[in-house]
Amino acid sequence: MSQYFLAVNHDPADTTMDEMTPAQMQELFAAVDAFNTEVKEQGAWVFAGGLQPLEMSTVVDNTGAQPVITDGPYAESKEYLGGFWVIEAPDLDAALVWAQKGSKACAGKVEVRPFQDEPEA
Amino acid sequence: MESLERVYREEFGRVVASLTRRFGDLDVAEDAAGEALLVALERWPVDGVPANPGGWLTTTATRKAIDRLRRESHRDAKHQAAHMLHDDTPHEATGVVEDDRLRLIFTCCHPALAPEARVALTLRLLGGLTVPEIAAAFLVPETTMGQRITRAKRKITAAHIPYRVPCAADLPARVDAVLAVLYLVFNEGYLSTSGDAPLREDLTAEAIRLARILRGLLPDATEVTGLLALMLLIDARRTARLAPGGELITLDEQDRSRWDRAAIDEGHALVRECLALGRPGRYQLLAAINAVHTDARDVRDTDWSQIAALYTQLAGIDPNPIVALNRAVAIAELDGPEVALALVDALPLDAYHAWHATRADLLRRLGRSEEARAAYDRALGLSDNAAEAAYLSRRRDQLGG
Repeated sequence: MSQYFLAVNHDPADTTMDEMTPAQMQELFAAVDAFNTEVKEQGAWVFAGGLQPLEMSTVVDNTGAQPVITDGPYAESKEYLGGFWVIEAPDLDAALVWAQKGSKACAGKVEVRPFQDEPEA
Repeated sequence: MESLERVYREEFGRVVASLTRRFGDLDVAEDAAGEALLVALERWPVDGVPANPGGWLTTTATRKAIDRLRRESHRDAKHQAAHMLHDDTPHEATGVVEDDRLRLIFTCCHPALAPEARVALTLRLLGGLTVPEIAAAFLVPETTMGQRITRAKRKITAAHIPYRVPCAADLPARVDAVLAVLYLVFNEGYLSTSGDAPLREDLTAEAIRLARILRGLLPDATEVTGLLALMLLIDARRTARLAPGGELITLDEQDRSRWDRAAIDEGHALVRECLALGRPGRYQLLAAINAVHTDARDVRDTDWSQIAALYTQLAGIDPNPIVALNRAVAIAELDGPEVALALVDALPLDAYHAWHATRADLLRRLGRSEEARAAYDRALGLSDNAAEAAYLSRRRDQLGG
């Protein structure tokens, strides 16, 4: 079994979410809920969550002499992480099936990244 | 030793596929297959080519792989040893080996790999072409091609791309991916300029060879048969396509006696087979269109209404403007250049050299020389093929005034 990080990235230029009616948002939440339930029932669930918007984040840099704490995102890129699932799957093909379902449920692109293998004890 | 090379290339894919299943590692498989070749180069000229060269190579490569794994200290040495202990089935010439090559083709053409990576990996592991050969064929530096292949193999390992034939639900899309790779390889070889001709011809032959293997492994996949037919029918015209000076000769001007009749006959038989199965697809329709062309002994005998009807059917399943462009060329033969030009002008293909070339030809036939000249110039500006450029220049210069 291997673990995969399924990232849902948010592009600020994409306003489809902002333009959704409350009813449409409810539909989206229901779809994601149903997906999450399926992942858990199939035993593939490790962890998942939706993140607060980028303005809520704080950057900590303790690589120097003193820790530096600042407001704002770490990366300069336009796209940023909105939410994610961590799943367990036997191989990439199985992970991609989950990603297809997740992408349909959250109406967004899903990026599938494998975790590094843990070094053997 | 020429026959050795041929045998080796034939068997390379089988050996790699078999070893990958056994040792679960593409690198180990590829290196071991290469080492087995070195032994063959030493022994076969002396002992003669063995009766079952594939079996000999697989056995030798397996021994090399085991030696290597014993020498190196792996983190998962216990896992490798377990593999070696449990799987000591003797090499079979058929059956199990064929399944392995199918696994290998689908792995090399996995959608998670970049398209160029799929092509490179397929040619290296299934085609047995060396990295320098593949690099030269695609006009990239050797180091670039080497890195491309290495990265692809690393991704297969890191992302845990499975080594197996896709499940039934995924199969059609995954077969499409394989066919796209083969067609790309074929086109690279077919559309090359004369400078690299010997290596490029290797590509068309390789694409056809791999398509034959795929057809043997998936006899019910009609699109595989369709692609094989298409490639045979296009390749059959190869010697008639280029003038001695290197200029492209279009279909209407080709000396049809130079076409490869055996390839055409085989292509026609495959197209008839597809028609009988009644599951049309993109490659089958393209093959059928080519079959109508190759069926005509003289260009004036071409059944254009059949071709137009086939393009209409193709547009139904593949509604892209290039199909519409090719359909318009057929319409020109039926309804005249004016009707065809109206169809062509409506297409959003301003960046495509063939669109300008088609317009130029239609305008020429309508006697609109100034506009034709301008269109030929646009086509020349966008073309990157010397043979084609020579043809377009000649046509443009033939315009009066």
